[in-house]
Amino acid sequence: MSVLVYIDTLNGSIAKNALEAVHYGSKIGTTTVVTNGSIGEAELAGLGNVGASKVLVHRGVTTGDAAQITNIVAAAAEAEGASTIVFSQDLTGRSVAPRLSAKLKAGLASGAVALPAADGSVKVNVFSGKAFGNVAFKSDKKIIALTPNSIQVGETGGSASVEEFSADAGAASVVVKDVQKQEGDILLPEAELVVSAGRGLKGPENWGMVEDLAKALGAATACSRPVADIGWRPHHEHVGQTGVAIRPNLYIAAGISGAIQHLAGVNGSKVIVVINTDPEAPFFKAADYGIVGDAFEVLPKLKEEIEKFKSQN
Amino acid sequence: MKFLVCISKAPDTTSKIDFTEGNSKFNEAGVQYIVNPYDEWYALVRALELKEAAGGTVTTITVGTPADDSIIRKALAIGADNAVRVNAEANDAYFTAFQIAEYAKANGFDIVFTGKETINYNGSQVGGMIAEMLGQPFVSLASKLDLNGSVATVNREMTGGVEIVEVNTPFVVSSAKGMAEQRIPNMRGIMAARTKPLEVIEPAACDDLVSFQSYSLPEAKSACKYVEPDNMAELVSLLHNEAKVI
Ligand SMILES: Cc1cc2nc3c(=O)[nH]c(=O)nc-3n(C[C@H](O)[C@H](O)[C@H](O)COP(=O)(O)OP(=O)(O)OC[C@H]3O[C@@H](n4cnc5c(N)ncnc54)[C@H](O)[C@@H]3O)c2cc1C
Ligand SMILES: Nc1ncnc2c1ncn2[C@@H]1O[C@H](COP(=O)(O)O)[C@@H](O)[C@H]1O
Repeated sequence: MSVLVYIDTLNGSIAKNALEAVHYGSKIGTTTVVTNGSIGEAELAGLGNVGASKVLVHRGVTTGDAAQITNIVAAAAEAEGASTIVFSQDLTGRSVAPRLSAKLKAGLASGAVALPAADGSVKVNVFSGKAFGNVAFKSDKKIIALTPNSIQVGETGGSASVEEFSADAGAASVVVKDVQKQEGDILLPEAELVVSAGRGLKGPENWGMVEDLAKALGAATACSRPVADIGWRPHHEHVGQTGVAIRPNLYIAAGISGAIQHLAGVNGSKVIVVINTDPEAPFFKAADYGIVGDAFEVLPKLKEEIEKFKSQN
Repeated sequence: MKFLVCISKAPDTTSKIDFTEGNSKFNEAGVQYIVNPYDEWYALVRALELKEAAGGTVTTITVGTPADDSIIRKALAIGADNAVRVNAEANDAYFTAFQIAEYAKANGFDIVFTGKETINYNGSQVGGMIAEMLGQPFVSLASKLDLNGSVATVNREMTGGVEIVEVNTPFVVSSAKGMAEQRIPNMRGIMAARTKPLEVIEPAACDDLVSFQSYSLPEAKSACKYVEPDNMAELVSLLHNEAKVI
């Protein structure tokens, strides 16, 4: 079976969630990757190592215009005879996959967390991570958008052939005027380790402890919704039902009560550590490891121990 | 300017999630439905603000059954001028988008607003599908939208930051946090909503592309292991040796 995977390489590199999508595709069938922008050929050839056979790169579209990318992916699917098309459920995937679904009349399973079952159905996140649904396709062509951090990437040692691809992308309808890059190197949606804090930290001036621990671990930082609402932290750090949903390997929550709407965005995390002064805080019910204590004392101590650990390992 | 806002229902965020009929159906017993937060807080309120600044009308559209009329009245109470309900169960995003696109084609709107996603199905699908069906630009995950004549300047979330883009009407936009501030309907709005027009139309023929076959719940967590606050060395050791996450 021929599978096509679209990956977003617009910022010049191949993110971890893109590797996951390619590897996922290769578990379903012979995988061609399609991307756009100016990323180098050598880097693209490296996608063979996670399972790609071929990479098609369109140099003409250098922005995230959903209509243009949809046209490119549709042309590539046609050229490759692909009946399954895979995206990462990242910000580009969220805008292109539905357009493509309408264009090709191909059913879309978004938020996939596992490979298709024997009957072809796909397990996806629903109810903000509080449950899973099994999506069955009624269409011949299928589109799957994979939740970041939901599969393990394996290396095959292979190398992919890279071809320039020049399908008609149509005119850009959305003109990019400016880009404001997010600070910090580790992006929250794809981070493996996350340190998060809530209203228990009392004020934005106390976030140094959170950032120091995150730095020691190599983790991204996050926060609860009220913290973003009052402007202590930027909006893009807000996790939960109405913020970003994440599934890191480790989620450390300090001074967060664990309201159901907060849990909705983080309960896909593999391991949860909760630091809270209140032993009755609901978050402890969802935690793997709990520390009943003051974040102002615990966070710096934890940072110290992490640094010690890192210097020995 | 004519604005169309897509309004869907969602279970109240504190609802207990479980399933019936052999795990094939969401258990609605005791569930309170609300307007999907992204649709209410951001899409609807920003459309109302644009109308208040430049004139025009705000119409809401919902694909749903008569049970959805109460959440539609809430949108009218917040300030929408009129509402349309396409009388059908919304089981499939493609079917839903198709109904909305048919209505938009027939009535012509400058901007179609959706929410970022529904908090029950989390598909982020309907907005992009409507755009494709209308042959219009789609700006996903907007956190700010200003309109100057027929040119909109929109902040859109992208991987690793925010893109500031320009797009001409007509277009479709999905609305995320930052677009507007939640509005609480007042008594006058609630009274007025009772007499505002709610038109019910029948769906156009359209096949579903997918169906939810069954549901499952995540495995229950094993009990929390407690570590003393002055023994962070033990926590680090557990994270390394037991949990194997560092
Ligand atoms: C429709 C809807 C959607 C929502 N969506 C979200 C969402 O997406 N994400 C989200 O986070 N919330 C969301 N909320 C809000 C949610 O209900 C909670 O109000 C919020 O998560 C609470 O944030 P918090 O835990 O930081 O603050 P609080 O509830 O005030 O908790 C602070 C915690 O800090 C502890 N604490 C205090 N001092 C210390 C100290 N020195 N050391 C350690 N611990 C300390 C306290 O014991 C307490 O448990 C939503 C609400 C609604 C109604
Ligand atoms: N049944 C529906 N009726 C009207 N609008 C809907 C419906 N379902 C979804 N939408 C709109 O589409 C957005 C995205 O929904 P979804 O694709 O389900 O995540 C929602 O925020 C709504 O604005």
